Amino acid sequence: MSATTAVRPIAFGPSLGRSALVLGAGVAFVAVAAAAAVLSGTSDIGIGDAVAIVLHRLTGIGPVTWPASAETIVWELRLPRVAAGMAVGAGLACAGTVFQALLRNPMADPYIIGPAAGASLGAVTALLLPVATVGWLGLGLVQLFAFAGGLLTVLVVFSIARGQAGTPVVTLLLSGYAVSSLLSAGVALLIFNSGERLAAVIGWLLGSLGGASWPRIGFAVPLIVISFSLLLVRWRGLNALLLGESQAAHLGVDVEREKRILTGLAALATSAGVAISGTIGFVGLVVPHLVRLAVGPDHRLLLPASLLYGAGLLVLADLGARLAGGIPVGIVTALIGAPFLLWLLRRSVRAGR
Amino acid sequence: MSEPVVRLEGVAAGYRSGGGERRVLERVDLELGRGEMVALLGANGSGKTTLLGIMAGTIRPTAGTVDLFGRPIGTWSRAEIARSVAVSPQSLELPAGFRVSEIVAMGRTPHRGRWFGWQADDQRAVADALRDADAESLADRPVTELSGGERQRVLVALALAQEPQLLLMDEPTTHLDVAHAAALLASVSRLQHVRGVTVVVVVHDLVLAGTWAPRVVVLDAGRVAADGPPDTALRPDVVYRAYGVAVESVVTGAGRRILVPRIPAAAAPGPAPRSPD
Repeated sequence: MSATTAVRPIAFGPSLGRSALVLGAGVAFVAVAAAAAVLSGTSDIGIGDAVAIVLHRLTGIGPVTWPASAETIVWELRLPRVAAGMAVGAGLACAGTVFQALLRNPMADPYIIGPAAGASLGAVTALLLPVATVGWLGLGLVQLFAFAGGLLTVLVVFSIARGQAGTPVVTLLLSGYAVSSLLSAGVALLIFNSGERLAAVIGWLLGSLGGASWPRIGFAVPLIVISFSLLLVRWRGLNALLLGESQAAHLGVDVEREKRILTGLAALATSAGVAISGTIGFVGLVVPHLVRLAVGPDHRLLLPASLLYGAGLLVLADLGARLAGGIPVGIVTALIGAPFLLWLLRRSVRAGR
Repeated sequence: MSEPVVRLEGVAAGYRSGGGERRVLERVDLELGRGEMVALLGANGSGKTTLLGIMAGTIRPTAGTVDLFGRPIGTWSRAEIARSVAVSPQSLELPAGFRVSEIVAMGRTPHRGRWFGWQADDQRAVADALRDADAESLADRPVTELSGGERQRVLVALALAQEPQLLLMDEPTTHLDVAHAAALLASVSRLQHVRGVTVVVVVHDLVLAGTWAPRVVVLDAGRVAADGPPDTALRPDVVYRAYGVAVESVVTGAGRRILVPRIPAAAAPGPAPRSPD
């Protein structure tokens, strides 16, 4: 284009500089959270040793100058836990963002149409089975049942809500609520009869990253990464859906197909996350709201930013849970998340929105 | 005449409710040529919005055929339709947090695959859309701070950013005062002139329709009751059948024939208005 025809560029979304700043800060936040989580704990491990251990494990170079216990703690205990926290946090925040747009409901979180209830019933059932350890691909029975239960529930909820004229959002929400209630009744019944395994059951339901190990997360983390990567490129459709389903259709979005794909990917990320961490609440609800306040509603930036801040936040929350004597991380996210949500609500009430 | 932009033959449409079906359109035949400007009129519930939905491919007819540019509409993908047909809806809740230019840019959605960002011709299309919809000065405004008239211009710009050949506007003037309504219709005329798009505008105002549109289509209970230039299509008897209201034909000082409703006096009630169904 020649200089004479050049017009002032029209803003199509957040500027490149602003996006770079938001995402750069997000990456730094995740890195700092991960470093803090790897270095903190009851055993003191210096930053030099930690870096050397990771380098040695990845590339095999460098002389071993640290005690074997340090290597076990960094490589076998803390790092898988950090990786799991990043993946689960990213997946939940991403899925929450997607459900909030798809259902046009600010209270939507990744669990809203049932995966948490389904995963809980699966996991609790597995915990109470009189079988010792059956596993597949490094996964315990609990993880497998939780994963399958979560996905299956979303599938059932979606097919119940689906009619000839499409899948109305309200029906999807209500059938999700009904199926969740039914499954939760099952979970409650199992809890009531859980006997001496009660502590294990409650611990799982509250969510914890304590069980993370390389083999265990080797199944879920790639699934989460694949689903959120495929969600990231669907920003245009998500933005169009903010205008309502009929206008999105006028803009060329095949709304029913988009709904199926978005729900499927978000449910996959959520179920895989829940399988390795239990039902961790509030990350998928609060992070998208927080990030939307900071960067605006354009999904081109909102999705990757939510993903990064969700990842960093869950790693930090898990560090807090670990330092607080190993309480379930779900308690920490609820303790941070609930007051924050209240603050957001007060703010929006005051602003008259 | 060149190939029609859209051709409807024997189109029926309806909703399934309970055990039966509620027919909204009975048997509609309609053909729109390139660059035509049509005012679509009819009482509430006469099927105007359904007819727009049929032409936009979002409502499937229960009978009859719909061809877009000579091709059955069923063979078009949603994105293909959206590159040729744009709809500016009656009203639309614009999501908070966006600027006007960002909303208008969403009109480019059908033109871009998911793997690519915005390109130079998107910039040009959005700039043209803002200009032609008289919304250039609104580009940087947050959508939550728009007046009713400004919102309507933004919706038109959003539709224009799709660079459609057929533009369907559902009651764009309903919430506008008379000056804004006139300005909007003037800019639609200019559009048709500059871009050669075919425009269908749903209007309720008999005076606006009669003085602005070269062609008027009146729907009555799901059928085309009249179709032609305002002088022949907007006759008092057609209006009485379609709306159930008596009107008189008045010639203005400028020599224009307009229709004015006769409002019955309170003391001597006239015939009760016909129910919309």
